[in-house]
Amino acid sequence: MAEIILKNVTKEYENGFQAVKNINLEIKDNEFVILVGPSGCGKSTTLRMIAGLEDISDGDLYLDGKRINDVSPQDRDIAMVFQNYALYPHMTVYQNIAYSLKIKKVPKDEIDKRVKDVAASLGLENLLDRRPGQLSGGQKQRVAMGRAIIRHPKAFLMDEPLSNLDAKLRGQMRVEIADLYRRLNTTFIYVTHDQTEAMTLGTKIVVMKDGEIMQIDNPTNLFNYPNNKFVAGFIGTPTMNFFEGEIEEKGDGLILKTRDGFIPLTAEKAAKVREGGWVGKKVTAGIRPEHVELSDQDSAAFRGEVSVFELLGSNAIIYTQCQDDRIIMNTDQTQYQEHGKEIFLKVKEAKLHLFDPETERTITN
Amino acid sequence: MSAKRKYKRRYDSLPTVLLFVLPALIPLIVFWIYPILRTIYLSFTNWDYISPTYKLVGIKNYLSLFRNPRFYEALWHTLVFTAGTLFPTIILGLVLALLLVKNFRGSGILKFIIFSPWITPTVAISIVWSWIYKTDGGIANTILTSLGMSPLKWIASSDTAMLSVIIVTIWKSLGYAMIFYLSALEKVPGELYEAGALDGAHGWRQFVDITLPSISPTTFFLTIITMVNSLQAYDQIQVLTQGGPSGSTRTLLYMYYQLGFNEFNMGQATAVAVVMILLTVGLSLIQFKVSEKWVYY
Ligand SMILES: Nc1ncnc2c1ncn2[C@@H]1O[C@H](COP(=O)(O)OP(=O)(O)OP(=O)(O)O)[C@@H](O)[C@H]1O
Ligand SMILES: [Mg+2]
Repeated sequence: MAEIILKNVTKEYENGFQAVKNINLEIKDNEFVILVGPSGCGKSTTLRMIAGLEDISDGDLYLDGKRINDVSPQDRDIAMVFQNYALYPHMTVYQNIAYSLKIKKVPKDEIDKRVKDVAASLGLENLLDRRPGQLSGGQKQRVAMGRAIIRHPKAFLMDEPLSNLDAKLRGQMRVEIADLYRRLNTTFIYVTHDQTEAMTLGTKIVVMKDGEIMQIDNPTNLFNYPNNKFVAGFIGTPTMNFFEGEIEEKGDGLILKTRDGFIPLTAEKAAKVREGGWVGKKVTAGIRPEHVELSDQDSAAFRGEVSVFELLGSNAIIYTQCQDDRIIMNTDQTQYQEHGKEIFLKVKEAKLHLFDPETERTITN
Repeated sequence: MSAKRKYKRRYDSLPTVLLFVLPALIPLIVFWIYPILRTIYLSFTNWDYISPTYKLVGIKNYLSLFRNPRFYEALWHTLVFTAGTLFPTIILGLVLALLLVKNFRGSGILKFIIFSPWITPTVAISIVWSWIYKTDGGIANTILTSLGMSPLKWIASSDTAMLSVIIVTIWKSLGYAMIFYLSALEKVPGELYEAGALDGAHGWRQFVDITLPSISPTTFFLTIITMVNSLQAYDQIQVLTQGGPSGSTRTLLYMYYQLGFNEFNMGQATAVAVVMILLTVGLSLIQFKVSEKWVYY
């Protein structure tokens, strides 16, 4: 049981820098919340304030309805897994996992039972006598999780726990964390740079930028209905293509006029655009690489030269240099295009996103 | 792992290793290995330090040394002096480092002041301390009397002379220990303390469970260095007490000096030196052995 609420929380460091600006976040029991955002956007700071490792400059933090701004870290009943694991190097795996219980003066045989249970659930049984220096990255990671699990905390905080692992192990540990989450049935708050981690693990994703929350939503909505250009560009790989265009009337519908052609707007999008008074105005448009297609000259929105063809296995990425923009297209491996060849591209109209060029807010998704 | 192995394979051949080590080895041989061998050899002779000739006398020097109560007295003084300087230096050095590791106004100057005795010649320090220890009007007694305690005779009495020399030695090496501890403390990863905070480790617990083990390599290093320094202490004894009064500050090294250069019995003197070498090696070995239990790299 853990419900965590951040109300107008601000963090100002001693040097006056505001790392987190007045954020509001509600985390329900059993949610797996992901904090993502570019480096320096305040993810760690937010997490550390929840853990109690960093003072909260302004605002309130509630855990299960109780304000815990001034509660010490160990009394918050929150466990944290650090990016560099922060295992005690002089203690064995067993001692590392047992340490918090030892401090709480839990009886020895209960400690022993709990350590062995946790070790078994993480596949650490044979490593209990080792020191952290004798473990691989993945094993250290498991010990760090074991140390968190053993306390039966109300919430788990993880700050980029997989970033020190190689790609393959990261994938494996990601599955293990998902599994752990299902078994433990507790609240998880997880910081990452990695989109795949965010999209696959999270039930709720918080996108941050410069200390502010840009959007909170589930993975699907975040991907399909970004609130603004930043979120649209941040979520999804390869990143969304952005280009300028002008809204014009054509027949009884609207089109987005691009430099090399036009994109008709669906009725739904057209309605939103009219509503916002964007007819005749310049907008920023966005389209994901997987929604770009090869086209003939007449229906093309873009024309350009193939600059790179990148084969990634079953799919391939084609980078096309157009007059003003570089359009990325995610297609399948059969679509080989020669470098330098002139090609024409169109987009799936229903998938077009339009943004206010000034405020970068979404006009229509 | 594999990089290490590759590295080994490439540089492992003896001539290659020698080529790189030789420049460092030459002074070592000239100033260290040869004198040691020569010392061992001399300890089996009856050289009087002046005559050009001498005879091999077997283990006679050692036998008479082991029958000499002065030797055991000096051995005991050496151990007392070593233990008496070692533990306070390490403990006080750590305490000072803990106090000064957080930077505050003037902490830099304070660190420098505490460190400065280490870079001052021991002879100079000792001369100043001999004034401090003056029975009449010395600062030490002035302080004692102003605190309402009775004055001491310090280096003038065999009861307090050893204590006096120990105090000077601690005072001198304190800054050195502190500097090493300062850098060790700064290198303890902050994340360890944070993990500890979440686990509930505070104050003394945090110190014992996190800080001490993290700085244990430094403690070990300082233990060895301070021990060797104490075993080799000479300057301060020479200036302050010349081994007296009535032999109360005569350590093995000082005994060696007196035997060799006052009594011109170089055979006996070098026998003492050999015992000292064995003692140093023995104590170091014990330390290395014990360190496996408490030093975490
Ligand atoms: N102790 C501090 N004093 C001053 N500024 C700090 C301090 N710690 C962090 N900052 C600043 O606060 C901002 C947010 O830092 P934070 O560590 O929360 O970023 P992050 O989102 O976790 O980034 P990353 O993804 O690189 O870990 C950064 O600009 C950082 O420089
Ligand atoms: Mg961070």
